[in-house]
Amino acid sequence: MEIGIGHYLTVAAILFTLGVFGIFLNRKNVITILMSIELMLLAVNINFVAFSVYLNDLVGQVFSMFILTVAAAESAIGLAILVVYHRNRGSIAVEDINMMKG
Amino acid sequence: MMVESLVFYLFATALLVAGVMVISARNPVHSVLFLILAFFLGAGLFVLLGAEFLAMTLVIVYVGAVAVLFLFVVMMLDVSFAQMRQGFLRYLPVGGLIGLVLLAELVLVMSHWAKPVALAKPDSPIPPVDQVANAHALGHVLYTQYVYLFQASGLILLIAMVGAIVLTLRSHAHTRHQNISDQINRRAEDVVAIRQVKTGEGI
Repeated sequence: MEIGIGHYLTVAAILFTLGVFGIFLNRKNVITILMSIELMLLAVNINFVAFSVYLNDLVGQVFSMFILTVAAAESAIGLAILVVYHRNRGSIAVEDINMMKG
Repeated sequence: MMVESLVFYLFATALLVAGVMVISARNPVHSVLFLILAFFLGAGLFVLLGAEFLAMTLVIVYVGAVAVLFLFVVMMLDVSFAQMRQGFLRYLPVGGLIGLVLLAELVLVMSHWAKPVALAKPDSPIPPVDQVANAHALGHVLYTQYVYLFQASGLILLIAMVGAIVLTLRSHAHTRHQNISDQINRRAEDVVAIRQVKTGEGI
């Protein structure tokens, strides 16, 4: 059976759902939530590249590179915030993160 | 064609299994290692699609930088991950329901999407692989049409780097810093003294 765009889209859809599922499953663990977000971004990248190849347009791959850039910046900043938070409060449990609550 | 299908199914199944393990592994270090595996397999899918440059970038950026950063933070922070797993089963039904709804929506979108009949002419068509390599073609588009966005993404990375350093840098009271003006102002006559020592007497 020929592998078409539908196959890639299915894989990406299931992977994205796994990412969302992971956020709900690990509500107390910020690190796993960040990892789930990375999974979702990977799924989006697969979608972009699949459509880029299918529609014969390179712009999808360019956009995918930009997503990669933003994802790297986001995880670097997120983990830095996590390290600072753990240094100040001694905990990274999600329900303890309420310092900015009014 | 047969081999391609086989490789695709192998990579796709392994990718999904790795994704499940990322969100369900008991030990977060294992989660990070499965995330690395997932990125490798995603890169494999990109190679199958014909986007080699993006596949290599994925391996370098994610496996080389982001996943190692995750591993570093997981190992450095001294937190009880067993305590964090409490409520794992309590959130399972709600999470599963929302996941199923989302998956159903995505499947509905996909099954009703059809390739447009009158396809717009591609903005920058992919050249034949035997003439221009993928990295070459991507560079042609990225450095001409999208050069400003490319520079902007460089700026984003710079700002992220500065932000991460500013956030995590801390100076202790007893940290010994280099004082450059002191070093420059140091004169030989201030610090070197010549004494005439008599034989057998010492200073």
